[in-house]
Order: sequence, then C-alpha cells, then structure tokens
Amino acid sequence: MEIKVCGPGCAACEQAQKNVEAALAAQGREATVIKVTDFQEIAQMGVFSTPAVVIDGEVKCVGRAPKQAEVEQWLG
Amino acid sequence: MEKYQVDAKAGEAQALIPGRPLVLGAIVLVAWYLLYSQLEPISHFFAYTLVGLEPGSHLGEAIQFFVYDTPKVMMLLTLIVFVVGVIRSFFTQERTRSYLAGRRESAGNVMAALLGIVTPFCSCSAVPLFLGFVQAGVPLGVTFSFLIAAPMVNEIALVLLYGLLGWKVAALYLGTGLLIAMVAGWVIGRLRLEGWIEEWVQELRAGEAIVIEEKLTWANRIERGGEAVRDIVGKVWLYVVLGIGVGAVIHGYVPEAFMASIMGKDAWWSVPAAVLVGIPMYSNAAGIVPVVEALLGKGAALGTVLAFMMSVIALSLPEMVILRKVLKPKLIVVFIAVVGLGILFTGYLFNLVI
Repeated sequence: MEIKVCGPGCAACEQAQKNVEAALAAQGREATVIKVTDFQEIAQMGVFSTPAVVIDGEVKCVGRAPKQAEVEQWLG
Repeated sequence: MEKYQVDAKAGEAQALIPGRPLVLGAIVLVAWYLLYSQLEPISHFFAYTLVGLEPGSHLGEAIQFFVYDTPKVMMLLTLIVFVVGVIRSFFTQERTRSYLAGRRESAGNVMAALLGIVTPFCSCSAVPLFLGFVQAGVPLGVTFSFLIAAPMVNEIALVLLYGLLGWKVAALYLGTGLLIAMVAGWVIGRLRLEGWIEEWVQELRAGEAIVIEEKLTWANRIERGGEAVRDIVGKVWLYVVLGIGVGAVIHGYVPEAFMASIMGKDAWWSVPAAVLVGIPMYSNAAGIVPVVEALLGKGAALGTVLAFMMSVIALSLPEMVILRKVLKPKLIVVFIAVVGLGILFTGYLFNLVI
C-alpha cells in the first residue's frame, strides 16, 4: 500500500502525517508513506487545498488533517 | 461521496441534540459572561489589595493591566475561535473556488474579499489555493482580493479590537480591510499581469479538481469548533501573553502622550514608517492587538496604529516567500505595493477623520 501525504509542511500537514502513521501503527500495517511537497505534483493529482491524503492513488481527504480514526477506516 | 465517520464522542453529543447541549451551552455562556464582567474589579483587587501595589504607580498600573487583559483576551479568543470554527465548517476552499469561478471582476472582487473572511485558510495553503483558482478560471484580480482579505481581515484581530477598543474601531478595521482587499484586487486585475505568473503555472496540466463533499452533522460542526479552539488557542496563547506583557510595560512605564510626538496625528511621516516597519514583521493578530491598545492609550493616532497593525498581519514575509513559487518577483512587488498603498491611505484617512 502506498500513502501520500500532500502539503508544503506546515503544522496541519505534519498533523496529517502523524495521524496516518499512528493509524498504521494501531492496525499494525505496513505501508509506504510518501510526503509530497511539490506543488506541481500535488496539483496534478487534482488537489488544490492541503493537507491531503491519497491512498493507492485515491484522494481520501483534502484541505484538512484527517483524524486517526478516519484514516483507520480508510485502511479498512 | 465520502461518509464522515462520527467518532464515539461526537455520536454521544449528536444523540443529545437538541435538548441538553443547548441548555449546557446556555449555562456555559452565562457563566462566561458573569466571569468576563467581573474581570476588571478582580484585577484591581489582585494588584492593589492582594499584592498591595500603589494605584497609579508604574508597577501597579502595569500589573493591573496584565492581570486584567490576559484573562479577558483569552476568554474572548476562546469564544470567537469556537464560533468561527463552527461557521467555517460550512465553507471549504473547494466551495469558495467553484463559487468564484463564474464571477466577473468587480462583483467577483467583492465576493472574494467577503469569502476571504470565512473560508479556512493558512498562509502555507496559499499556493495550492492559487493554483486551484487559476485552474478554475478565477480572474487574477479576484484571486488577489481573496489572498489579501484572508489574512488581513482576521477574526481574532476583529474580536480583540472589539473587546479592547470598542465596536467602532472594530467596524473601521473590518470595513477598511475589506475595502483594501476589493480595491487592491481590482487594481491588480486592471493591470493585466497574468504574464507575471510563473510559466509552469500557466502551462499547468492539472488533474481535475477533486472535491470531497462531507456530510456534517451539527455535532460534527461543534466538534470542529472545539478542535479549532484546541488548535488555535493552544498555538497563540504565548503570543497573547507576550503581547499583553509588552502592552503592560508600555501602559505602566511610557509617559502619557509620549506616543503623541512620534505616532501622533501631526507626525505625517509616522504612517509610512508604521507600514514599512510592519511589512517584515510577522506576528499573530492575537499578539499585536494588546500592543495596539497600549499605544493608543499613550496618545498614538488611531490611523497610524491601524496601519501598523494591518501591515504586520496582511503583508507577511513567510507568505511572500511561499507565493514566490507561483508568482514572479515583479508581481510580488506589485502586490506589496498596492496593498501597502491601500493601508497607507487608510492610515491617513483615519488620522484625518478622527
């Protein structure tokens, strides 16, 4: 599984990354977590507000840091 | 469509609505008001009776100012951040963008400035937002109206001005902030500077904008308000305390009317100086207002002080650095110049009128 956390690296983006990692840890799952900070790359995914979380190419949330519980639900 | 996952806590609150939370909210609000209205006597009691400082002495005045303003500002801040957090759950950047996409200039500038107040925004999300606006075909000038209003008309500053200086100053700040955003955006639109956007943005083959509609219940929205309080108040309280500390020193130790000579109405050069000093400075709105209050108390002119405050919060270096990724330096200079001139004009206007 590949999880992309998109955002330039402000507090909200870091929160998003932390929650994603916490969700993975809670479920004991392995995934490649990639931090995407390049605006061009972010825009090409159709994301225009950050932070955003993309799991296996599917954009799960834009414009806010998701909560750990939400991420866990997306992970299934 | 994305289903918003309600967690256990929100679910509980949802089950109780509309009965108990409303009553609870009302009780909290009444308690808030009672405490708020007693802050001044409490601060007098603390500084002059409990600590035993002399009323009118430098230290006594400074301590009383600090003990009065700190809880007052924190209480106002908590209430407003909560209310704005709930309001903002109704607005997303996606919704604002699609709303502005079909607008022409003029009406678009007005809408963009107003939406700039209520749309969640932070300076690091300025670039994706800019790209999204360009991609959706929002005119450049309208985009700038939004980018100016979003930081400039700051809900925290607005409320603190209301709490510390009264509704007139708050209304002036709101009105002129919106006006500057509208006019400056309109001017930038008229200048036809589309060519001064970085090439890669103009050639951007972006994916289709992904919009995730969330179904939010009232419980979710109230929860968002609570999150905003934890998030924002947790982050800015130190600025507030520092700001009030500086304000307290000015209040207690700077002689009466001292500021009148350097920041008064007659010092014509003080307005441009205030704007220039304010541009590289970057402070949280919550930290700057207590300083503003203290400066005004010592005879600084309202226009000069407002110009300083607007310059500090609207034109910030970190935002310019991040916008540099999508705008050529020429356009950034135009942006700073147009907004700076708007603030300058506002400063002189208030010094003249009031």
